[in-house]
Amino acid sequence: MSIAISIPQIFSAGVIHRVPWTVHIPFVVDRKFPRLEDTRLTTRNLNISIGNSHILKDVNVEIPQNKITCIIGPSGCGKTTLLRTFNRFVDSIEGVRIDGEVNLGKQDIVSAGAGEMSELRRNIGLVPQRPCPLPMSIYDNIAYGCRIHGVRGKRKLDLVVQHYLEAVGLWEEVKDRLHTPASKLSGGQQQRLCLARSLAVEPSYLLADESTSALDPISSRTVEDLFVKLKRDYSIVMVTHTLRQAQRIADYVIFMYLGEVIEQGDAKEVFGNPKHELTRKYLSGGIS
Amino acid sequence: MMKNNRLLKDRIAEQLMAVMTISSLLLVVAMAVGLYLKSVPILQEHSLWELLSEGEWRPMAGRFGFFPFLMGTLYVSLLALGIAIPISLLMAIYLTEYAHSAVKRYVFPLLDILAGLPSVIYGVWGMLVIVPWVSDVVAPSLRRDSSGYTVLATGVVLGVTVIPLLVSLFIEIFSNVGRESREAALSLGATRWQTTMDVVLRQTAPGVIAAVVLAASRTLGETIAVIMVCGNLAIVPSSLLDACYPIPALIANNYGEMLSLPLYESALMFAAFILFFVVLGFNLFSRLVLRKMNNR
Amino acid sequence: MKRAIVIEKVWKLLMYASIALVLFFVVSVVWSVFRRGLPVLSWEMVSSLPGGGFYIGKEGGFLNAIVGSLYIVGGATVLGLLVSIPVVFYLNVYLKPHSVLGSVARIAYDILFGIPSIVYGAFGFTIMIFFGLRTSLLGGIIVVTLLIIPIFIRSMDEVAKTIPQDIMEAGYSLGSTRLETIGVVVRQIAPAIATATLLGIGRAIGDAAGVMFTAGFSDSIPTSLTQQTASLPLSVFFQLSAPQLEVQDRAYAAAVVLTAIVLVLSLSGRFIMNRFSRNKV
Repeated sequence: MSIAISIPQIFSAGVIHRVPWTVHIPFVVDRKFPRLEDTRLTTRNLNISIGNSHILKDVNVEIPQNKITCIIGPSGCGKTTLLRTFNRFVDSIEGVRIDGEVNLGKQDIVSAGAGEMSELRRNIGLVPQRPCPLPMSIYDNIAYGCRIHGVRGKRKLDLVVQHYLEAVGLWEEVKDRLHTPASKLSGGQQQRLCLARSLAVEPSYLLADESTSALDPISSRTVEDLFVKLKRDYSIVMVTHTLRQAQRIADYVIFMYLGEVIEQGDAKEVFGNPKHELTRKYLSGGIS
Repeated sequence: MMKNNRLLKDRIAEQLMAVMTISSLLLVVAMAVGLYLKSVPILQEHSLWELLSEGEWRPMAGRFGFFPFLMGTLYVSLLALGIAIPISLLMAIYLTEYAHSAVKRYVFPLLDILAGLPSVIYGVWGMLVIVPWVSDVVAPSLRRDSSGYTVLATGVVLGVTVIPLLVSLFIEIFSNVGRESREAALSLGATRWQTTMDVVLRQTAPGVIAAVVLAASRTLGETIAVIMVCGNLAIVPSSLLDACYPIPALIANNYGEMLSLPLYESALMFAAFILFFVVLGFNLFSRLVLRKMNNR
Repeated sequence: MKRAIVIEKVWKLLMYASIALVLFFVVSVVWSVFRRGLPVLSWEMVSSLPGGGFYIGKEGGFLNAIVGSLYIVGGATVLGLLVSIPVVFYLNVYLKPHSVLGSVARIAYDILFGIPSIVYGAFGFTIMIFFGLRTSLLGGIIVVTLLIIPIFIRSMDEVAKTIPQDIMEAGYSLGSTRLETIGVVVRQIAPAIATATLLGIGRAIGDAAGVMFTAGFSDSIPTSLTQQTASLPLSVFFQLSAPQLEVQDRAYAAAVVLTAIVLVLSLSGRFIMNRFSRNKV
């Protein structure tokens, strides 16, 4: 372990490099991409409407760093829309209107053009709702993002693939069949692969849209545990329907209702001592 | 009594409809058998290989070489696909991956029109627009002399006729790719185009091939439009500016004379049989693949 | 990174180009036919028979072809619907959802749909010879019927497949037999029957290769099923090959009529489909 920390230090000239917890060998290919200096993710007076319906109303949030933030609320409250605003996936809805500001550091997400968007999405990864491997081999699934962003060289990519498969605990399971189609993996394995795929482009944020809802309880728990470990190096924003999951892993909670943020704060605070009437009602199962 | 009557009616109707269904299916078999039986006389006279590889077509002298017609069909179909595939693929990608629904509202009726126009109208268009274009623009610029009734003109006309089929098949196939698959690539920072190439096309490759095969079978059978622009010369074309004589044109042009000679009739029916057989194979392959893709 | 954006821009440009090209094709086809044919189209053309022999006649019109096409298409549409509605009903009500016969049948109709009309024509011709029939209106109707049955069945089946099981079960629970649900099914797929009919008519009226073999051609309007008959596409095709300009004019005028009919058919087909999907929600 001690070697693992010292070597990257040499490489990055004194900058302390955080090494994910599973890495037992020196990892020298990380930091393939420039890291953002300012990684605060904030919204200011964010309003979103689709056609005539007002989906998000004056949302002001700041996502805390290196924590798990859970967005909770009854279905249709705008949780997913808020999450999908962070990487501009709301654009795919026809007739959508975004007002207000969403910023990643100094960059304005709302007005990002095609080129900035690509870089933006590299910085804000997504773990999909249902496991969704790309139609290629396990190896290429991980390497794909790196190739897109200009990382070449087989030796380098080999190391990246191994590193991130190890990070999600998948390496031992798949190391003998890296070049088989990823669709052959089980659902739980696929979801961890998707996670590794997102991690491989070194994002600062991970967005998870009910990422465990399609998995069996055991796989779901594995992914959950991974999130908890990953928060050392990433800031995680997740939308969840199951309040119990939020209570288990959230550090910070945003409660939304009918497109408005009703209450946000430390998980302990919100769950233990909710300030707002609606939050109390929701937590006790009064609203669903 | 009343009840029995109703059940009886139900039964009889069932039998009747089963017979209708099965007999309409048997049409495929009947076609194969009928056309085969008709082509037996010529197959007894000449070997299959001889018929397909022989280059001389003089029915009155008993020479039945199909080679020029096979080559004409092949060249024309390949050219048509070469024109139609890129256009249709780009158009289908635009319509499924990029376009707003407002754009689709205007483009789909256009495709309807293109799909609905009868082949004789395409033939008229070919004679009025494409043939003069070939003889007055293309040929002079290559310092060649050409009547315009050429492989090139036929390929262009045929290509345009299959564009609507290809576009609608491609759109159907691409729409089966889940939103999540696309988002998986987009969320890594891939551009729309990269997503299309690496996810959509990769995932639907078998379907795209099947669609192309289906379109190929359509170009093989197109008759009237082809006759009107192909030049109808029984030669093996050696360039795009040569005339050609695809198989459907051969059948349609000679149906009047063919009764004069039993072997002549048999030869034309043999041509129809080849056409049927190839088209059947192409269709079976691509329909099975498409069915499998769409059910997934 | 910039490179990927540039590549995307280039391909997008090519996509616009392909759409522009297709637009050009549509406009060019319709425009060229109308520009050549419309000036020579007159009421006399559509209302009179060709005078003084078909290839040499300088007077007269192509009423024979219009009426002939109407006879063929009308007969084939009626016959085709009589066969295809029961087949669609059988496939969707009597057969179990994943029956072997059902899937074999659907593939067979797909294949029949793809068989070129020249093959239908050649096949129809051999059958007619077998039964001692001559080229006639009847022969034309039969071949065109065979040609449009797969179109009818496929497009109706597409919609019939989506009828919710609940609706059928509501009928069964009231004690109706399967046959008695036909009213319900037909009502559910009525718009599909309408669009399928328009589609079929469009294909039938434009078909030339099939009727060339089986219906023949004639300068007069047939008075019985056993007489030869003209049709619009063949009237265009044959008259275009005539040397006289007057005869060619007649061909172009006939092409205008044919194009106009088909345009109306395909646009109204889409209109019905849009109406239908709007009501369906």
